[in-house]
Amino acid sequence: MASNIKSAFIAAVMAGVIIAPVYGLQIVRSGMETHIEPEWDLVLIGMGLVFVFQAFVRPGLARLLSLRSGTFRMPVLNDKARRGSIMLLIAIALIFPFFTGRAEVDIATLVLIYIMLGLGLNIVVGFAGLLDLGFVGFYAVGAYTYALLYHWAGWGFWEALPMAGLMAGIFGYLLGFPVLRLRGDYLAIVTLGFGEIIRLLLINLYEYTGGPDGISGIPKPTVFGMPMARRAPEGETTFHDFMGWQFNNMDVIIYLYLMALALALVTLLVSSRVIRMPVGRAWEALREDEIACRSLGLNPTNIKLSAFTMGAVFAGFGGAFFAARQGLVNPESFTFLESALILAIVVLGGMGSQVGVILAAIILTVLPEVAREFAEYRMMIFGLVMVLMMMWRPQGLLPMKRPHVELK
Amino acid sequence: MSKVLLEVSDLSMRFGGLLAVDSVAFEVRADEVFAIIGPNGAGKTTVFNCVGGFYKPTRGKITMDGKAIHGKPSHKVAREGLVRTFQNVRLFKNLTVLENLLVAQHQHINTNLLHGLLKTPSFRRSETEALHNAGQWLDFMEIREYANREAGNLAYGHQRRLEIARCMITRPRLLMLDEPAAGLNPQEKRGLQQLIDQLRREFGVAVLLIEHDMSLVMGVSDRIMVMEHGKPITTGVPEEVRSDPRVIKAYLGEE
Repeated sequence: MASNIKSAFIAAVMAGVIIAPVYGLQIVRSGMETHIEPEWDLVLIGMGLVFVFQAFVRPGLARLLSLRSGTFRMPVLNDKARRGSIMLLIAIALIFPFFTGRAEVDIATLVLIYIMLGLGLNIVVGFAGLLDLGFVGFYAVGAYTYALLYHWAGWGFWEALPMAGLMAGIFGYLLGFPVLRLRGDYLAIVTLGFGEIIRLLLINLYEYTGGPDGISGIPKPTVFGMPMARRAPEGETTFHDFMGWQFNNMDVIIYLYLMALALALVTLLVSSRVIRMPVGRAWEALREDEIACRSLGLNPTNIKLSAFTMGAVFAGFGGAFFAARQGLVNPESFTFLESALILAIVVLGGMGSQVGVILAAIILTVLPEVAREFAEYRMMIFGLVMVLMMMWRPQGLLPMKRPHVELK
Repeated sequence: MSKVLLEVSDLSMRFGGLLAVDSVAFEVRADEVFAIIGPNGAGKTTVFNCVGGFYKPTRGKITMDGKAIHGKPSHKVAREGLVRTFQNVRLFKNLTVLENLLVAQHQHINTNLLHGLLKTPSFRRSETEALHNAGQWLDFMEIREYANREAGNLAYGHQRRLEIARCMITRPRLLMLDEPAAGLNPQEKRGLQQLIDQLRREFGVAVLLIEHDMSLVMGVSDRIMVMEHGKPITTGVPEEVRSDPRVIKAYLGEE
């Protein structure tokens, strides 16, 4: 108890030091003069609050948590029940947009984009254990591939989508080649640099990319070649004319949502299949012990490159879809903050855990939208959540459970 | 006399001012057990690392079946049929025992991405075969009951056996064991000796061995090379080596 009081006292003093210049000294203007007016009572109240929390509330909270832990377990599902619940979730996701409003579907689409990016980065960070801080670079490559192909060659979304994946994959491969012999922190720094280089290139290649203005007027995906728009260009029929419907903007939004759902499901399917394949096993082995891998004849560079490239491909698909949905791309959308957010999704969810990544993508996208009134505190809350997570659950919300091959 | 499998000549390895290995030469014949012994710091493991491609030797030639392998990266050396264990076991600790053996077969199985994604018949066949192989080696090493456990949770003796199985499943021609008896109890050591004999007889693999346990070395080796201060002192059959005054001097010091 005495040590509690002592540390609480120190914390209160520290709090006083920090808040005094911010709240304690108010700058008051009266006419021509400006003078500083101290408000010590405010500072003292703050210090008192910190003291009470540290001395009494926190130990109580810790006791409560230690009592609770160990009693709660995630229900263990067998294969059949798991498959059933996945099917149910997909079905809910499918019919969801038809019963909600426009804003909800919009947010859900955004969630799906982040799920896709999170699952893509999960391959690199979670499975192969390569810390990649420049993931957004490949997202940008995908988005700009579609934007540029549309702008300069008039390609549609469906033709550009595979190209976007391919281009991002090529970039992943080319950038991965020289850097993948680096490890841990060094790799993180170099990838961070690559992400920035791609963004700066997009800003500075003004003639091609439009620089900071970006490229606008990118068309939405068509439905079997029919545009989803109010009016079709010369010689084409719009989808709503073809179906004999009235044009409704909501249809477009639902269509985009369903497409994002399809892309996210493909990403989920492929990545959960790949981890059960020899390549996936090799990724995990490499994450554990590179030297042992080499001694068994596994080429570490190739194996790392395959993870890096595959992650980049999914980011590329996500980027192309992002460009189509937004109708506008500019380098502002591809800052380091975006990379950090995607990485936060992977870490928060639990590295390597796909369900965890999906859950974290939902939380980190929906929360800021719901709490729009607190927009100024967004980053603060974000930081707080991260700190708390690292303290209480460093392995993520739903830690990875490796799929085993069992021997009978 | 069978043909020469591994030939090392004039091998030197320098770390800055330290000449760790100084003109070492030896050869390992197919289906022979060849041991390297010597006091601590004699440069045995450095020789191993040079042969295995983990170090690039400063000077010298290493050929495997007539093919030069010095200076090649270790994974290429391993593909020439030359695999090793480590002084302190290096298993994939968080993978299961079975998965350790599956990863080791990487170069032999169908790793084509499309085949795997579509689960083609050829992919399934190669997976079943890999499982079957792994099962056989688990039986051989008598560790089948632990197949689905994490490798890091195995008893130390079992970890050693698993590491040897993981090497053998890559179908090597030369197995390099770096102090395989370290940390084993007397009973496990006798088991290891039988195992090495058996591997050579049944699978026709040559063994290059570094070991401190003299009873094991003398019991299992066909020929022994003794090293001291990075130089080979003598090479010969166990009886010769045992009675060589230079060897006794290196181990026990001068009277």
